[in-house]
Amino acid sequence: MTKSGFVIANLFRKRTRTILTLLSVIMAFLLFGLLQSINSMFNAGADFVGATRLITQARVSFTTALPISMLPKLEAVPGVARVAYWQWFGGVWQENTQLIVFAADPLRQRDVYPEYLMPDEQWQGFAKIRTSMIAGKQMADQYGWKVGEKIPISSNIYPQKNGSKSWVFDLVGIFDGKDDDAKKRTNQAFINYDYFDEANQFGKGRTNFFILKLTDSNQAAAVSKTVDAMFENSPDETKTQTEKDFNVGFVKQIGDIGLIVRWILFAVFFTLLLVVGNTMAQSVRERIPELAVLKTLGFSDGSVLGFVFAEAFALCLFGGLVGLGLATFAGAAVTKGTGNQFPVYVDVRVWLIGIAAIVLMSLAVGLLPALRAQRLKIVDALAGR
Amino acid sequence: MLRQALAITGLNIRSIPERWAPSLVIVIGLAGVVAVFCALLAMAAGFTDTLKATGRDDAAIIMRGGSDAELNSGLDRTQTDIIEEAPGIAAGADGKPEASAEVMVIAELVRKDDKNSGANITVRGVEPTAFTLRPKLKIVNGRNFTPGLRELIVGSGVLRQFQGAEIGKVLRMRGSDWTVVGEFESGDAHESELLTDINVARTTFQRTGSSSVLAALDGAGGFEKLKSALAADPRVNVDVVRERDYFSGQTKQFRQTIGLLAGIVTIIMALGAIFAALNSMYAAVAARGKEIATLRAIGFGGLPVLVSVMIESLLLALVGGILGALFAYVFFNNLSVSTLGQNFTQVVFSFKVTPQLVIEGLIIAVTIGMVGGLLPAIRAARLPVTTGLREL
Repeated sequence: MTKSGFVIANLFRKRTRTILTLLSVIMAFLLFGLLQSINSMFNAGADFVGATRLITQARVSFTTALPISMLPKLEAVPGVARVAYWQWFGGVWQENTQLIVFAADPLRQRDVYPEYLMPDEQWQGFAKIRTSMIAGKQMADQYGWKVGEKIPISSNIYPQKNGSKSWVFDLVGIFDGKDDDAKKRTNQAFINYDYFDEANQFGKGRTNFFILKLTDSNQAAAVSKTVDAMFENSPDETKTQTEKDFNVGFVKQIGDIGLIVRWILFAVFFTLLLVVGNTMAQSVRERIPELAVLKTLGFSDGSVLGFVFAEAFALCLFGGLVGLGLATFAGAAVTKGTGNQFPVYVDVRVWLIGIAAIVLMSLAVGLLPALRAQRLKIVDALAGR
Repeated sequence: MLRQALAITGLNIRSIPERWAPSLVIVIGLAGVVAVFCALLAMAAGFTDTLKATGRDDAAIIMRGGSDAELNSGLDRTQTDIIEEAPGIAAGADGKPEASAEVMVIAELVRKDDKNSGANITVRGVEPTAFTLRPKLKIVNGRNFTPGLRELIVGSGVLRQFQGAEIGKVLRMRGSDWTVVGEFESGDAHESELLTDINVARTTFQRTGSSSVLAALDGAGGFEKLKSALAADPRVNVDVVRERDYFSGQTKQFRQTIGLLAGIVTIIMALGAIFAALNSMYAAVAARGKEIATLRAIGFGGLPVLVSVMIESLLLALVGGILGALFAYVFFNNLSVSTLGQNFTQVVFSFKVTPQLVIEGLIIAVTIGMVGGLLPAIRAARLPVTTGLREL
């Protein structure tokens, strides 16, 4: 019998116990996968870009708009390559579904966000057609929009000149991300700023955000300082930060989700440690005479330790991988079921952390029983002492 | 039969200390499930409580049509005046309509446990009637703002969660300095706001009209009267909502999200706990195989054995559930947190571990204990006496 065969045979000598323990481990890692992906969504959120873009907003709050007239001043700052701007539209689809829709300058948008891919003629259409709109692939897929359609969207902020808050835009393009990270951020749409600014009833020439693309990411700190100093003590004081910091701050507004998730994970793993630890301890206790026989036959202390460790590891590894696999499917189902409103991506990062957790777990639960097996004195064990 | 069951149960329970490890697995496992369940839903309960406590039935909030939130709404000066003079609004002590036009702006404050990222806080410019309209609002420290000066009073919820708005501090908004002169309590969502004089807010932030109008309703028919009068007026296009409904309506999405999260987490954890409980109880039964067989041999029935195993499992589960609920209560009850509200600003609220949540948690624990005990109990009862006695 091979060594691994021996380990597996040992695991299944009490089949019910092994299967039940495995199921507990699977449940724990299923939860771990789901929660960790929520956690990384809230904490990281933004390691997708370096500091190559800065976001300038009004210092008081980004809900206060800044005048577009700042644009030439921002472009003149050394280190700034190109500036785009976004004005929040307050888009509402049908009855009550809020959409992420910004009014943006088409060609500036294209220059500052190279990670969004769209055929050239669609970019041109976005720039030339006044009532144009482009939508991210996720959003277009979810609502079944096709290029060339007229899309009715109302705004919960801006009435048109005639007082109506129902707007209609021509969907001229659908953009997708050039990589997985960018693809996840296509649940948004942009409308042509010039048309929006002219057709809405108030708030002429203002925008919530300027997005500054830098020539060199090392200059991020210097540029943001220059920009904020330039508008200090004016009615439109600014706050400029990297896109990453902005995103982290934005997500933090929702509340300290990370804290809650960490508490749950702690509870889950503490319980799991007990469950698996108890199983391992029990199975070693029952087998003390057998282990002594193994040693009598000439197996070293080290290999007996190895057997017990291998059992713990096999339990955690198999349960962990199945659990993480289930989490991947469940996450995809939740993402799809909620129409990307609540995206749960169990991705490579989550898997890596999960595998680290598996290793830690097996060490924690295997250590005491394995040491006990290693230190076993043959005479005492055989005598049942 | 009952006596038999009780006798065996007593025997079982007295032997728990001898095999504490597997029993502890059940207790801790269920404590975990119940604690997580109670804590998560306590958050939803606290948020709902805070918003439901906000607003009165006999007051209405008037915003621009289709705005959903004050942040999105805007009324010009003429519209504001028309609304304040509309029929259906109660008259105040001075004979004037009891209505307050309010301007909402957003400031950023930094969370206490943070260093740099700001969170949105509502700054509300109000008319003097605002205080009559919100009778729960009381100044507890310092004094009220002086109309005409750039002074603010701060809600105690803001002070609990954010830094830089203590009395005496100066806030800088759009190139102007505002001094905090007082602190107020209201026990509702307004505690997450800063208040000031509407006219100062208008001139500083270049706003001419208002974001919304809050008005006391004149008697039972006041709401309908006001609503139809404003709907009939071509100069305004507004939504009229009862104040309480406006705030209660904001809880739905939060409750749904947290409810979904709590549901998924509890189900998965509960499944894990059931497997663990099954494991432990099987082990408990196996360890006592000989003992059980002996009992059967001297005349104890199968049913008392089954009942005794079930009771042990239920008891352990109940102890675990109580521990979990206690843990949630001690560590989470009244824990103050904040999240984004409808206006895209922070609403400060506290976790509320309600008796109802505790009871629901205990029901979950007992159910898990029952499921986890049943199969091992059946096995224990069915074990043939001869096999049991021959074991070991």
